[in-house]
Amino acid sequence: MAQPLSEQDNAILWSLTGVNFGYNDTPVLRDVTLELRRGCCTGILGPNGSGKTTLLDLLAGLQTPQSGTIVFQGKPLSAWPKKQLARWLALVPQDFMVRFGFSVREVVEMGLHPHLHRFATPSATDQALIDQALAATGIVALADRPVTRLSGGEKQRVAVARALAQQPEMLLLDEATSNLDIHHSLEILHLIRHRFEHQAMQVVAVMHDLNLAALFCDRLIFLKQGQVVCQGPTEEVLTPANIEAVYGVEAEVRPNPFTNSRQVSFRLPA
Amino acid sequence: MKRHAVTGWLLPLTAVLVFGVALSATLGFLAVSIPDVFAILFAKLRGQAMPTTIDPVAATVVADVRLPRILAAVLVGGLLGVSGAVFQAILLNPLADSYTLGISTGAAFGASLVIVLQIFGLALPSGVSIPIFAFGGGVGTLAVVLFLAAGDRRLSSTSLILAGVIVAAILSAAIGFLKFLADEQVGLIIFWLMGSLAGASWANILLLAPAALLGTLTAVFYSRDLNIMATGDRAATSLGVNTVRLRLVLLTVATLMTALAVSVSGIIGFVGLIVPHLLRHLVGPDNRLLIPLAFFGGSLLLLIADTLTRAVLPSEVPIGVLTALLGGPFFCVLFKKRQRDGATAF
Repeated sequence: MAQPLSEQDNAILWSLTGVNFGYNDTPVLRDVTLELRRGCCTGILGPNGSGKTTLLDLLAGLQTPQSGTIVFQGKPLSAWPKKQLARWLALVPQDFMVRFGFSVREVVEMGLHPHLHRFATPSATDQALIDQALAATGIVALADRPVTRLSGGEKQRVAVARALAQQPEMLLLDEATSNLDIHHSLEILHLIRHRFEHQAMQVVAVMHDLNLAALFCDRLIFLKQGQVVCQGPTEEVLTPANIEAVYGVEAEVRPNPFTNSRQVSFRLPA
Repeated sequence: MKRHAVTGWLLPLTAVLVFGVALSATLGFLAVSIPDVFAILFAKLRGQAMPTTIDPVAATVVADVRLPRILAAVLVGGLLGVSGAVFQAILLNPLADSYTLGISTGAAFGASLVIVLQIFGLALPSGVSIPIFAFGGGVGTLAVVLFLAAGDRRLSSTSLILAGVIVAAILSAAIGFLKFLADEQVGLIIFWLMGSLAGASWANILLLAPAALLGTLTAVFYSRDLNIMATGDRAATSLGVNTVRLRLVLLTVATLMTALAVSVSGIIGFVGLIVPHLLRHLVGPDNRLLIPLAFFGGSLLLLIADTLTRAVLPSEVPIGVLTALLGGPFFCVLFKKRQRDGATAF
């Protein structure tokens, strides 16, 4: 199991200073400085190509910044052993593609990889954990199906189940619900939010849907062209002015008694 | 869970393989019984004199001609089967094998080069230089392919396959030119390109056996990481798999395995492609089970094919031709069947 992390509320999880990153001289993130703290679901929002996924990759240690520093849990992110990071951080990728016909259960079992010795066989506890992850994501009936035969939405739920089996302290979601219908989106977001509130699983989510983000996230980070436009508590930063600045669209933002959160409305440009 | 599956398979398959080797050794122009084959094998392995109860000619034929050839078939088949399974798992492509990466073509180029140099009067001893050049050709090709693909820092499977196809195309043209240079003696090159185990010796076995053992164990060691690779680089890295190192290590090991096999037997196609493919169809894609089974599958296939061409068919057919003729149509049927089943991915 992972070492216990600092349980202090508001403790800094990630601290990025002057981070620059690009692919082959094309800058993707420019001078990003931010802090992500324990105790809130953080959403990363922004238009296509604004660097959201790249930022998530940097947080997960999948990419290294060309300049600037990322400190994670008080130590440079790159100094942590990868296996240790894999015990703490689980990533749900945007397009979960599996190339061979592994069964759903086998794919979810892969989530145990960072916790198991190389030749270990999953114990009864591990099996129970897999069953739990399958049940939580509503894919028990699919357990023996080859994952290559599933629909996009079903595959996405397998990816979430695998991340849960990984027992992470922090969950990174890369548009994890974009392929899902509203029923399954809400179900997955509810499940994750529940883990966040009751088991202190920290969440950083790249999201597209502003209204789902408003329901789900306590804090938002808005990115545009690789730069942080604004960040803060959802009630403070989810404003028509910021939406206009980031997406270039006109919007109305109102507190909604039904959702108990702020909700955004759009209209077609006149 | 899976470990039981592997150990459950291991014993019966070893028994089948040992029996297959013994049975194959009894077949041929001189008839020998199965107990005699075992007696000869044990005497040979212990370095003792042959038992006097056995006809000395038969003993010599079995010990020095049939057994090295049969064991070479088993080991070459196993090497090709395992390396094929590894190539397919790493390149995330069920149709990948040592051809896709240009390794077989590189080895063929090395061997052809020796033959042409001999024709032009260079005194190279075939028995030593063909394996060495074939091996160097295979490994050199991998080095060039890795260099070409390394522009992409993550060494993705698409870059690797593209680089492999490019290098193989150039090498094929070079082999064509060597054939042209060989002129009337082109038959020597062609025979080697079609593969044969007829020249296998005990020295080859001493080379192949440790390679097969170490290579297969390395692949089994990394088999869980290989499974995770099937879910994509990003997901695999986030689960703590060092994808770049895994690719480098396993590509090198699988290349060494292929190049060694090719250096002894010439090019034997379809084993590395069809054995893992078929096994995946039968037992699923889990590499923890697939890789050990690919060794036995490759061994048995090549043992059968070599026994056919050596002892059953009226005259000896190049084994590469036989495996392609047996495997090819079978593969077509499998491919069509999968299309009908509506499976887009394998």
